[in-house]
Amino acid sequence: MNSRSHYEVVILGAGLSGLAAGVRLAHFGKKVCIFERHNAPGGLNSFYSINGRKFDVGLHAVTNYVPQGVRGTALSRVLRQLRIDRSELDLCEQRQSRITFGKSQPVTLNFNNQFAFFESEVAKHFPLEVDGLKRLVERIKATDYSPQAPVLSARAVIKEFIHDPLLEDMLLCVPLFYGSAQEGDMSYSQFAMLFQASILEGLARPFDGIRPLIKVLLDKYRAGGGERRMKCGVKRIKVNAGKVSVLILDSEEEITADVVLSSIGALETTALIDNQSNADSNLQSSPHVTEGRISFAETISVYKGEPLELGFGQDTALFFNDSDRLDYSAPKTQIDTRCGVVCIPNNFIFGADRKMPEGIVKITCLANYSLWTNLSDEKYKADKEAWYMQMQRSALKYYPSANEHQLKGSLIQSDMFTPKTVKRFTGHLNGAIYGSPTKNISGTTAISNLYLCGTDQGFLGIIGAMLSGVTMANTHILTKGGVEA
Amino acid sequence: MTNDETKKAVLDIIADIAPDEDLSNLKSDLRLRDQVQLDSMDFLDIVMELRKRHGIEVPEAEYGKLASLDSCAEYLTPKFNALEAKR
Repeated sequence: MNSRSHYEVVILGAGLSGLAAGVRLAHFGKKVCIFERHNAPGGLNSFYSINGRKFDVGLHAVTNYVPQGVRGTALSRVLRQLRIDRSELDLCEQRQSRITFGKSQPVTLNFNNQFAFFESEVAKHFPLEVDGLKRLVERIKATDYSPQAPVLSARAVIKEFIHDPLLEDMLLCVPLFYGSAQEGDMSYSQFAMLFQASILEGLARPFDGIRPLIKVLLDKYRAGGGERRMKCGVKRIKVNAGKVSVLILDSEEEITADVVLSSIGALETTALIDNQSNADSNLQSSPHVTEGRISFAETISVYKGEPLELGFGQDTALFFNDSDRLDYSAPKTQIDTRCGVVCIPNNFIFGADRKMPEGIVKITCLANYSLWTNLSDEKYKADKEAWYMQMQRSALKYYPSANEHQLKGSLIQSDMFTPKTVKRFTGHLNGAIYGSPTKNISGTTAISNLYLCGTDQGFLGIIGAMLSGVTMANTHILTKGGVEA
Repeated sequence: MTNDETKKAVLDIIADIAPDEDLSNLKSDLRLRDQVQLDSMDFLDIVMELRKRHGIEVPEAEYGKLASLDSCAEYLTPKFNALEAKR
């Protein structure tokens, strides 16, 4: 008797890449099912509620913002491919953000969604470097993102154009914090993609955060006839003769699929492959895939009143560092408060008639996964509280008008995630938010009907994740062997 | 199916794929690409929507026949009619 359900495509993970792939596949009539271990969709960009208050998990800002009418960019490509009307996303631009770096005499570079403004900021503080910046930008715009492109170091390429190490760190920091799985550096193409997305294009936010975006994807997916199983992950993948033969679900149920698209990570997918059927199965024949180590802790503070009135100013995001050089790596302490990102969701331009009901301030710092695991519940809780305070203090240095006492009085609620939380909710090894430093741009694996999308495929950010799902669905399923995407 | 109906079917597809484009003044003898911003992903979608909505297959080697509305009509109208005849 064979009662196994069969799907043309099974997608692992209901994050933004898996959902986007699902929307494409369902739209074009594929029998597709998404399996998600958690009860909420969104993956790294999910949401949750405490005491009826809604929080976004990952979202600082949607990158890749371009004004209405600008076409041929990642945003317009994703919207068209998913048949999303731009107004459905309700993207509201950032006010202004800044990068403040340096030990004794900090330098601030402000930026908004007009690159010319950032360029003028660089000209003001680094007058000798502005020509180099212009040439670097030309280089970035001409970047070859194909899987065949050589892997270069971002720092090495930046150094060809920029001489001041402080500016080098400042140019790197937004791409690093918003997407680098690698410590100290990142691959040049990843840097170029993220610099393009966040500095050359820009930052925005849907007024209601990540939820409306996920809802749009779910609605499209459902309308196309896509199926979805929540609270039901795939726990084993049986491989036979180099092909996925059976998938075993958390419920022990067995299913079959013509093609499997996994968004859960390269090594995380490898770990599901049945050892007996495929003794030394490595997903990628080469290069060797390394484990990610970059994880973060993030505090979320909810205040009575606008952050502006509490002394946080107009900044949408602040990237800070008070060391001589930017040390983007897994810290030796539980959290490294020397550098990080502050994000204030209230400080997007929502229009005169809309205002978030409460003030929200998020602070994000690098954190060490192993130092947050294996703690007793009590110690974990105590450490979280202690580090919450340290993170507030290190960030408040950059907001001289904010005072700790007043903030304390206005604080309604706070929450914090650690690398342990990330591991629990995303399944990423080591709580590595951005996955493995080894990216697989083609998405192909040593198993002929298994492909990767999402974080470890290597398109980053919210729009990037969706583009990853779309591109992998197009290339490997909808137009197999067909036209280049 | 007339040539005008074929053009309308193609325009309906483009309007869904690229709602941000103004299609009101398209000249049917000029390349679509020169009048609206359509990249290779968009052209692929036109092909896929033709298959989905009308059951028409356009082999990769013949994508070039979709260059303008006139060439679409010339190439696709016989296909539409052949399908209708079968029904």
